[in-house]
Amino acid sequence: MTTNATDATQNLPSSHFYVREHHPEQGTLLGFWLYLMSDCLLFAGLFATYAVLSHSYAGGPSGADIFDLPLVALNTSFLLVSSITFGFAMLQMQLKRVNGTLLWLGVTGLLGVAFIGLELYEFAHLLGEGFGPQRSAFLTAFFALVGTHGLHVSFGIIWIIVLMAQVKRFGLTTDNNRRLMCLSMFWHFLDVVWIGVFTFVYLMGVLQ
Amino acid sequence: MFFPRLRYGLALFPLTLLGGCGMVVMDPSGDIASQQADLIITSTLLMLIVIVPVIFLTFFFAWRYRKNNKTAAYHPEWDHSTKLELVIWGVPLLIIIALGLITWISTHKLDPYRPLDRIDVNQPLAADHKPLTVQVVSLDWKWLFIYPEQGIASVNELVTPVDTPIRFHITSSDMMNSFYIPALAGQIYSMPGMQTTLNAVINDPGEYQGFSANYSGAGFSDMRFKYHGVSDDKFDAWVQKAKQQGGTLNRPEYLELAQPSSSTPVTYYNSVAQDLYHAILNRCVEEGKMCMDQMMMMGKGDGEMADGTIKHGEKQKHGDASAEKMNSDDMARKHKDGQDRQ
Amino acid sequence: MQDKTDLTSLIFGRLSLESIPYHEPILIVTFAIAALAGLGVIGFITHKRFWGTLWRDWITSIDHKKIGIMYIILAFVMLLRGFSDALMMRAQQAMAFGGSEGFLPPEHYDQLFTVHGVIMIFFVAMPMIVGIMNFVVPLQLGTRDVAFPFLNNFSFWLTASGAGLTMISLFVGEFGKTGWLAFPPLSGIEGSPGVGVDYYIWSLQIAGVGTLLSGVNFMVTIIKNRAPGMTLMKMPIFTWTALCTNILIVVSFPILTVVLAMLSMDRMLGTHFFTNDMGGNMMMYVNLIWIWGHPEVYILILPAFGVFSEVVATFSGKRLFGYSSMVYATIVITVLSYLVWMHHFFTMGAGASVNAFFGITTMIISIPTGAKLFNWLFTMYRGRIRFELPMMWTVSFMVTFTIGGMTGVLLAVPPADFVLHNSLFLVAHFHNVIIGGVLFGMFAAINYWFPKAFGYKLDDYWGKWSFWLWTIGFYAAFMPLYVLGLMGVTRRMNHFDDASLQIWFVIAAVGALMILGGIVASIIQFVVSYRRRDELRDHTGDIWNGRTLEWSTSSPPPQYNFAFTPVVYDNDAWTDMKKHGFERPREGFLPIHMPKNTAAGFVLAMLSAACGFGLIWHMWLLVGVSFVALIGGIIIHTFNYNRDYHISAEDVTRVENERSQQMDRYA
Repeated sequence: MTTNATDATQNLPSSHFYVREHHPEQGTLLGFWLYLMSDCLLFAGLFATYAVLSHSYAGGPSGADIFDLPLVALNTSFLLVSSITFGFAMLQMQLKRVNGTLLWLGVTGLLGVAFIGLELYEFAHLLGEGFGPQRSAFLTAFFALVGTHGLHVSFGIIWIIVLMAQVKRFGLTTDNNRRLMCLSMFWHFLDVVWIGVFTFVYLMGVLQ
Repeated sequence: MFFPRLRYGLALFPLTLLGGCGMVVMDPSGDIASQQADLIITSTLLMLIVIVPVIFLTFFFAWRYRKNNKTAAYHPEWDHSTKLELVIWGVPLLIIIALGLITWISTHKLDPYRPLDRIDVNQPLAADHKPLTVQVVSLDWKWLFIYPEQGIASVNELVTPVDTPIRFHITSSDMMNSFYIPALAGQIYSMPGMQTTLNAVINDPGEYQGFSANYSGAGFSDMRFKYHGVSDDKFDAWVQKAKQQGGTLNRPEYLELAQPSSSTPVTYYNSVAQDLYHAILNRCVEEGKMCMDQMMMMGKGDGEMADGTIKHGEKQKHGDASAEKMNSDDMARKHKDGQDRQ
Repeated sequence: MQDKTDLTSLIFGRLSLESIPYHEPILIVTFAIAALAGLGVIGFITHKRFWGTLWRDWITSIDHKKIGIMYIILAFVMLLRGFSDALMMRAQQAMAFGGSEGFLPPEHYDQLFTVHGVIMIFFVAMPMIVGIMNFVVPLQLGTRDVAFPFLNNFSFWLTASGAGLTMISLFVGEFGKTGWLAFPPLSGIEGSPGVGVDYYIWSLQIAGVGTLLSGVNFMVTIIKNRAPGMTLMKMPIFTWTALCTNILIVVSFPILTVVLAMLSMDRMLGTHFFTNDMGGNMMMYVNLIWIWGHPEVYILILPAFGVFSEVVATFSGKRLFGYSSMVYATIVITVLSYLVWMHHFFTMGAGASVNAFFGITTMIISIPTGAKLFNWLFTMYRGRIRFELPMMWTVSFMVTFTIGGMTGVLLAVPPADFVLHNSLFLVAHFHNVIIGGVLFGMFAAINYWFPKAFGYKLDDYWGKWSFWLWTIGFYAAFMPLYVLGLMGVTRRMNHFDDASLQIWFVIAAVGALMILGGIVASIIQFVVSYRRRDELRDHTGDIWNGRTLEWSTSSPPPQYNFAFTPVVYDNDAWTDMKKHGFERPREGFLPIHMPKNTAAGFVLAMLSAACGFGLIWHMWLLVGVSFVALIGGIIIHTFNYNRDYHISAEDVTRVENERSQQMDRYA
């Protein structure tokens, strides 16, 4: 772009070029969102691996042989409801009600624990039958994808506990509200990933 | 000026070296490799259209617009020219379009899986030609060549007749290697449990270097073999030599050969178990191990347990045509026989 | 007795006294030298009573300027290690002909080429570019620090931990013998049963997390923390390339994390991602690792491109030609870099159409890259070029990188690649672009911004020695490798039979020695510059007559960067200010809000390193304790809400007055 010849040498008051006070915008939510997108890519890698290895049964069981859809449906409902209850927690936060927030966070956490518990039960059952991740590439990919999701949910539960403690101790401060919003993004994201998991892994696996 | 012609000549000079200096990649003896060498030259020349002016202009501008040269114009605010941008983006685009077309065509023409359509630039293929099939297995750290039609095999020595199309079916025992004879054709990976194919022809008799072009462990640097392109008579004589000198290559001998070793001397085998290559490819040379192609068509409850024993379940097997052992032509048509194909 | 053995293995895993390579004289000597040098450094710090300052002002610092400098120091130290590896390889390959086995045991050589690649990419090139971005970007944006200063500190220490683990592998255990990308089946538990590949995996996982966090940090900083008036299209071009680099980091590093995790599961848990049997697929690894690997090399080169843009404009005394075009070219390169990964394994047998597609996309990338080169040329055109060191490095880059790019496009033609893949031609190509592009860019950056960081210029005489030795040495070391590749020589060989090849290897070794001279000259340059710093002093903060905002600060800048936040109206904001007679305000300063230093990043990174070490050696007690401590430490850290403070107006005024006095004295 060319500058105007007339203003090329014109002096301007120096104050034109600075402000005395400036606060950069809060970047935490954007930053957390970007981290979450990188996590999404991590899951994309696991999904891609699952897609490639999903028929490598090595003479062992296929998805149709081992997936227990009623169990998975129950688990899915736990997780989906937990997203709703987290939403309630956020509404309480916006109404500045500490106890309400803590209550719904607690319910969310319990639903998360139920989800993990059922998942562990499913895994233990498979391992007991000899269908662990070492049995075939298909099972490896299955355990890796579902297991990584479960690990994320577990870390989310720990985070819920920690944040509950922090809200109880310090109240619904700006910092804590920001943290709650980050956790909210995290929790809903895990829900979305789970929808991908039960569609591509469980439902499509059973349809084979 | 800055001697533009001299600069251009200097840039092209290295190409004159390409014919000599023992650069086998630029002066090979196989038709596929020759076409690949021509492609290198063509691509380089196309790119030099941009590269040479860029390098010249770099030196020229650096010299002419140096601070001490007050005679040169100085336009500190000039930072845009649509015309120039069109050239800057347009000329490379045109060259890449040309190169892209060349790439598309040559990649299909020189596809290792594609059966040959000529012996060399002057000789077309005979209508009734039959390619010589050689099965190649990369072991740790030597090369096994099985000639299924001749019923012989050799370690670390490959011999084929001149001007006869060869079809290599390539697999590996445990590690990923790359089957490469620079004088003959390009390389292709050899992978356990999978088969790759290379179609090539040698046009000049001689002795050539072959080796692995993908690092595969401690003995990699010694994983070399000699490749001889010979007349039809000499090839038959070599086959006879193998039949006389060699021992048998059945499963026990193969398992022993597959033990890690390097600098393995040339060895011949006068008979090869019929299904040995199939077993190697499907990773079931060991006793009691299930072949991968069998595993693919099994139902629930069948199959190999962690301890290697085979269990049979009650459910139906779902067999289908693809479970049949594929002959080499079928395999050539599919790109790779992998255990996850169904 | 059974309990004792179980307890011993719980504590020590597979670590034993045998893990220390007593029988390798080269390693013993290396350890002795390293130990002496380490003791020397510790002694020096103790003698100068520098420990307190080191802890307070550097290790726990969240200041982007300090963190940037620490990254670059890390990179230089690791360059010494990585280059020693290179010298040993060149020496071995120049000697090992016709029956001679050279001087290196083969299992040593096989570790050398692996660790050389890993160190140079992950612990030299990456820290250098991240360090430069750290120092420069907030200053160019007119802001006080990055968006997440604590995370910045943590990222640095995670990178340093990864480097530390790799260095430990030299003296405790061994490194991988697989090549720098560790393809299975060779890197699987059967192909590599020892600890080598585990060192590889955990060093990179830890460093990779640091890099990913850094990527998020800089993306948010650039998107949110720009000075008022600085729209995206008024940002300095280096900041644009930094933004695109960090986008590449955020989108590609998760893939590295996931593929290394899968490899470690195969090795530790017996899973079947990449095994030969039970359905594993080694081709999956190759695809995933290169889906990361190709964007990685663009992560390395884009900041260098940004540096060259800044340097060419400044030292030609001219606006950068085609700013918008440069921005679009950078964005196009960023997007396209995700569409080319398969060109790294054309020979894996994907079939002609797939190969041709990826070959063509690879060629397309050369178009925006070429556009950038032309734009630099036309910035020089009708400029007034001053050949200070940064500009010299830039001209050398323009020629060298062009040649490297050409060989790259050549390799992008699949049938040509079939004869050149994995040959020394390939090795020459990537060194051509990484040394000629990334490294020369980093030397230009260091010479350019050193005065800003330390307050004095770097010595010209030794800088020129370094420049010529590096440039000529590079050509001598790598042009023979192009010839050797065309002669059909493959890479990673530890001895050769064909004596006619030897002359080329000898020339290459001579080149390597010249580069060694270049590195020594650099070190001398730093020492001499320090000694002559009063003569070389930068009094005004704008030693090069720069164009962007960092040159409006003092050299070095104050802790808070800008007493008053600049307001921007045009590209080349500082030139714009100077043109309009800007005079720095000398009074009316306000308290400035700054983040506090913290030990948390250092501590958490050390815990991660301990956890990594435990995982490598199967020391499960250590793994358990360090992992719990890590999570616990993170949780405890989040209970600290008291993370910032104010620099008082008096302190700001005092610092600004010192600068005013310095500028007045000089004027």
